[in-house]
Amino acid sequence: MTTTNPLLEMRNVHAHYGAVHALADVNLQINEGELVCLLGGNASGKSTTLKTLLGMLKPTSGEVLLDGEVVNDKPISYRVSKGVTMVPENRRLFKRLTVRENLDLGAYLRSDSTQINNDMEQVFELFPRVKERLSQKSGSLSGGEQQMVALGRALMSRPRVLLMDEPSMGLAPALVQQNFELIQQIHEAGTTVFMVEQNANMALSIADRGWVLQTGRVVLDDTAQNLLNHPNLQASYLGTADKQ
Amino acid sequence: MTTIPPRPTFTQDWLRIARMGGIAAVGQTFIALSNMPVRLDERLLIKPILSMGYLILIVLPFAVGYRYGHQIKREGMPTFTPSMYEVLGGALSGALAGGGLSLLAVLLRHFDLRDPLVNWSPILLNLLTFGNATWFAVIIWIVIGTGTGAAGGLLRLLGPRAYRTAISVAITVASAAVLESLIVDIAKGLGLENLTDRLYASRGGIEWLSAIVLAVASGTLGVLGRGRFRQAKTQLSQLEGTARTQANAALIALTLAALIVLPLFAGKLTNELLANVGIFVLLALGLNIVVGLAGILDLGYVAFFAVGTYTAAVLTAATSPRISPEMPWLLALIFVVVITGLVGLFIGAPVIRMRGDYLAIVTLGFGEIIRLLFLSDWLSGWFNGAQGLVQIPPANIFGLTEIGGTEPRRVFYLVLAFCALAIYVSWRLERSRLGRAWMAVREDETVAEAMGINTVNIKLMAFVVGAMLGSFSGAIVAVKVGSVFPSSFLIVVSMVILVVVIFGGMGNIVGVIAGAAVLIGVLGGPRQPGLLAEFSEFKLLIYGALLIWMMLARPEGLIPSMRRSRELHQHEITQDAWLKN
Repeated sequence: MTTTNPLLEMRNVHAHYGAVHALADVNLQINEGELVCLLGGNASGKSTTLKTLLGMLKPTSGEVLLDGEVVNDKPISYRVSKGVTMVPENRRLFKRLTVRENLDLGAYLRSDSTQINNDMEQVFELFPRVKERLSQKSGSLSGGEQQMVALGRALMSRPRVLLMDEPSMGLAPALVQQNFELIQQIHEAGTTVFMVEQNANMALSIADRGWVLQTGRVVLDDTAQNLLNHPNLQASYLGTADKQ
Repeated sequence: MTTIPPRPTFTQDWLRIARMGGIAAVGQTFIALSNMPVRLDERLLIKPILSMGYLILIVLPFAVGYRYGHQIKREGMPTFTPSMYEVLGGALSGALAGGGLSLLAVLLRHFDLRDPLVNWSPILLNLLTFGNATWFAVIIWIVIGTGTGAAGGLLRLLGPRAYRTAISVAITVASAAVLESLIVDIAKGLGLENLTDRLYASRGGIEWLSAIVLAVASGTLGVLGRGRFRQAKTQLSQLEGTARTQANAALIALTLAALIVLPLFAGKLTNELLANVGIFVLLALGLNIVVGLAGILDLGYVAFFAVGTYTAAVLTAATSPRISPEMPWLLALIFVVVITGLVGLFIGAPVIRMRGDYLAIVTLGFGEIIRLLFLSDWLSGWFNGAQGLVQIPPANIFGLTEIGGTEPRRVFYLVLAFCALAIYVSWRLERSRLGRAWMAVREDETVAEAMGINTVNIKLMAFVVGAMLGSFSGAIVAVKVGSVFPSSFLIVVSMVILVVVIFGGMGNIVGVIAGAAVLIGVLGGPRQPGLLAEFSEFKLLIYGALLIWMMLARPEGLIPSMRRSRELHQHEITQDAWLKN
């Protein structure tokens, strides 16, 4: 189902935090229907890339394109309504709100209530557990359940592309496995997925393509298979200890 | 949980006794030197044995006596059966607390520290010694401390039923004493003076015989009732779906009916009090949207109250210096709401981009700026500076009735109508898309932004809606008081409104109402006397103490959001149980 129609694109993007150069000449292309991942160690600029794609950070130079349109100056809400949705790292649910309220907030920019209800039913189909917890405060759920709500919340916006920030962070190994299966499932249902990960083996095992970022620069850009077999990948950027 | 046999009576936790008794002794000395006992001695609670002044001096020994026997219930660990151990420990802690007053009495007799401590007076000494020699005071306070401390410890020995009965007896007698003026006023309206004449002494306070009768009556009722009230409450909270909605609607209708009927039988005093409570309910509901829902700590909320009052005054009073359109009040109300909303927008725009502490400090500043503007020479052509605006005419409601300060009953009905409106608006907002967006911003601003919420606009909206709700009470106060001065809008008003919101339970409508009823109704507002008018000069001290206690013991407020806590306790959460499926 992969096409070569770029959904989200970064062209020669530079980004700064104050004087700090966080992204240097980053080029990315996320095609419709792909599952791609961005790898890198701490402070390599992974989350910054995500924030730039969503619009929380404006690039100092270069262009961010959505469906071929330059969206550098468009607000977050514009990109969300066009189908770009982020699943923040560590899930970050609205803890004192109920599960239902969290899901409703995912559909904040939509007004088609019948469609929203349909989508909510689909979320329940994907995560039956979420339906049982609907009236509970989301902060009282277990880590695994929270991850489901976070995914459900993101799906409620009818995303065309999901930006996932470290989906494996803070989860037990068994849950990480489960989580990646869920991501695959969502991807197979037709959503483009762009994920940022430190867990390289795990991410590459399900991804089509990947990039490796180091101190704000893309140093590797290849298919997942080639990256997995890349001799330097483990040693240079992720440390051999990561190999499971 | 298992219980194990009691601890032996004489192997006490001496350090704990010393610590608790010491804290209480220092607290007692502080209370005595704050002059509270002397001032409150004027108010008799139970004639002739107990005045409020002495009551305040036995609260602490009793509290530490009770607290001493407190055991933390740890899962899987046994707890001791309460026994004479708790009573003796409580008595000793209480004795130390009383000892603090004994020491103070001795010091008062032999030293003069009146210079730094203004309340170091013969009157206080007289109060502490009961007009007798110092040695008498020393003995009597240690005896009283021991007695009340032991009573606190004894409370631990009671079974759950007896405990509940004891508490309900205490609450009945206490509320009969505290609510005296209210009860007398309403009884007069109902033609039941005979009853209250018997209950209360002519100069205030319950007759001691009546107090005993009351205690026995409430005790028997409690025993006979066998917690039926409690049962009904749990039953109500377990209702689901439409049955629950119906029950809630019935409760609301009942409360509303009571509030409509009650003022007919009440005199001016009670209606005045109810109106004051209502005005603070209105203000607190407005602030609750800003602080409770949107999570923006606004310390200058009084600004909107001031703008509302002044706008209403300028538009309706004939004496207004610059423009005096002499509008009817209802028409002016529209302008009041719009103008206050615009001021909210104007103040909010620069403020809202900040976060947390800085935002709070800036709102504090704006609250003062608004008051100083009304006071300033620059605008005195409009607002008369410190002389304020006077002769604000009563409000004419569709030609049906005139509502002014001389008719507190009508004012109360006006307040009630606006409270109902504000409650409905708050309730709807909480469940609306906007309300959800506010709560999302409160919980996690960054993620809310990532959901596509325009956080700046949403926060600004909270500021404006809060300001508009607050302006209602401003317009009502203008006709109620009939005049308006800048000195009515000091920072302390902002603080009191905020305390009401926090005390009642942030983000919870019922809590806010309860908070206003307790704080404003009983203790009194910044200028409005409450039922315990004697407390007026210690009001802020007590507010502070209550707030600290609240933060430590019940951070969720007096009435935590029922819906949420029920949900929390209903389901036990099994960690990652879904993995097994």
